[in-house]
Amino acid sequence: MKRVAVLIEMKDGKVKPACLGAISAAHDSDAELFALVFKGTAAASLETLQAHGIDRVIEITSQDGPIQWNADHWARAGIQALQYYNIKTLLGLASVQGKNLLSRIAALLEAPLVMDCTAVNLSEHTAVKSQFSGRAVAEFKTRGEYHLYGMRPNALSAVPSPGKAILEMFQAVLEKSKLRVLEVQQGLSDRVDLTEADIIISGGRGMENSDNFDILFECARPMSAAVGASRVAVDAGWVSHTMQVGQTGKTVSPKVYIACGISGSVQHFAGMKTAGIIMAINLDPDAAIMHKCDYAVCANLFDIIPALTRKLKEITG
Amino acid sequence: MCVKHVPDTAATIRIGTDDCIDENITFIMNPYDENAVEEAVRLKKQTIDADVIAVTLGKGTAEATLRSAMAMGADRAILVKSKSSHDSISTARALCAAIQRDGDPDIVFTGKESVDNEGFQTMFHLAACLDVPVVSNAVKFAMTDTTIRVTCEMEAGDLEHIEMETPCVIGAGKDLNQPSYPKLPDILKARKKPLTEIELSDLGIATPASRVEMIKIESIKEERYPEIIDGTADEIADTIVHVLREKAKVLDG
Ligand SMILES: Cc1cc2nc3c(=O)[nH]c(=O)nc-3n(C[C@H](O)[C@H](O)[C@H](O)COP(=O)(O)OP(=O)(O)OC[C@H]3O[C@@H](n4cnc5c(N)ncnc54)[C@H](O)[C@@H]3O)c2cc1C
Repeated sequence: MKRVAVLIEMKDGKVKPACLGAISAAHDSDAELFALVFKGTAAASLETLQAHGIDRVIEITSQDGPIQWNADHWARAGIQALQYYNIKTLLGLASVQGKNLLSRIAALLEAPLVMDCTAVNLSEHTAVKSQFSGRAVAEFKTRGEYHLYGMRPNALSAVPSPGKAILEMFQAVLEKSKLRVLEVQQGLSDRVDLTEADIIISGGRGMENSDNFDILFECARPMSAAVGASRVAVDAGWVSHTMQVGQTGKTVSPKVYIACGISGSVQHFAGMKTAGIIMAINLDPDAAIMHKCDYAVCANLFDIIPALTRKLKEITG
Repeated sequence: MCVKHVPDTAATIRIGTDDCIDENITFIMNPYDENAVEEAVRLKKQTIDADVIAVTLGKGTAEATLRSAMAMGADRAILVKSKSSHDSISTARALCAAIQRDGDPDIVFTGKESVDNEGFQTMFHLAACLDVPVVSNAVKFAMTDTTIRVTCEMEAGDLEHIEMETPCVIGAGKDLNQPSYPKLPDILKARKKPLTEIELSDLGIATPASRVEMIKIESIKEERYPEIIDGTADEIADTIVHVLREKAKVLDG
């Protein structure tokens, strides 16, 4: 039987929900589904993984025990596991960590990798992704011994497929890495990561200054949304570049994207046009975004956002 | 006189030379590559002996991008000419061959990704071809005699502090520096800086066994039909909550 592996990412001790979407990409391939996990997280993830169609959970360790975070080591250990189990197809997330690991694995195997896919066909070895900043959609075919795909987080939803998974340990043999991770410094962990959020609320020039972004953060909290920004807001120094959505920022696919005081330039759309629902709050009924969204609110964001925050707080208590 | 081969080069690579905003209209330098050029030039200012080389694979028109890199301070440039398009594996093989033919660089800077298509990968393939370590999305860079310390940005603003030896490949992130825009004299000077052209076919690169092929491309129609939400601020907020809860099903409460 064909074998397909999914590279699992964890967050706060749980399998990232976006990974479950990536697993569902392999459901109709009738291959044996492997999940590759690191750093002693197999036990914590087993139940979730088997509920979503994984047949075998492989916990990757090394001769020295659990492998601490080091992208080079993780990639090399992952390759050894693929080779040991004779797995030729690997899926992962096109998240920051996923891009890092999949690119390294692809490079070391000189294997074809399509990043940021919105759909894959594992028997045909094809993948669909957007091209030219979202203006076109292209289909790619991977040719070679291995086939690697990075799925755009949230492009596919998780599909339950209950079963029983076997838990196995795989011990990789690692040499000293040319890369040494000295320290990982935690960012602001109470904030939701943009690329994996279900809801994103973004601010643009209409926010006027840095302090006003606080009303977006306040509104985001009760609905567990991430806060994004247009390039204007970033270039003005109101918020960090990590929050920028668009051609030169992050590409996101949330279920809901709420754009506040953003005109909807082509470059901004490049980063969010695949959102499920786009909602725009803008004073100008003729702003581009007001014609390219699903819900248009022609009003002052400084009236709407505080009202929305109040309602959301009432609901979530 | 002692002859010893000592580190004295810093190469600048630009992948995905031409950032296609629109195939037929404008080509610009890939935004992150400007950060890569800037960092290499900055390093040269600190270490007397550096030779900063801009390298690219592309059509003849890619010369414009190489000239801008030289206007930003690169000393010379190498253009690997090819008319066809390449995936990241063959791009990396071509860049690797051109770089190695020129000499052994200590540091190869690239943009962290190219905004046109599958550009997250080329630098990783290049590092694998050169058999050197690689990091991406570097936002801080410092070099001592032999070691390099970089800070890379990860998820949710987490920062990873990494140490590695040269030679290495570094993917520059946006926050690494503020690219300086060349002044007219620099632009004029750049026209006279040496540019070597190499035909891809002269590099004798074997065709890779694996590749990514585009089999179909279609432009997307923007088909969204806006529904207008109006009323007082409170009514609008209620409708938004309704959409979040009932249509999008993203609220727990
Ligand atoms: C190579 C290149 C790359 C780029 N990359 C990106 C990118 O990655 N991301 C990106 O976003 N941009 C990018 N841009 C910039 C892009 O072209 C636009 O300039 C930018 O997106 C505009 O930001 P904005 O919508 O916030 O500002 P504006 O276009 O100025 O729009 C502000 C909007 O706010 C509305 N407004 C003002 N006050 C209020 C209020 N009180 N309530 C409600 N509405 C209000 C106004 O009516 C207006 O529509 C790029 C440009 C280039 C050339």
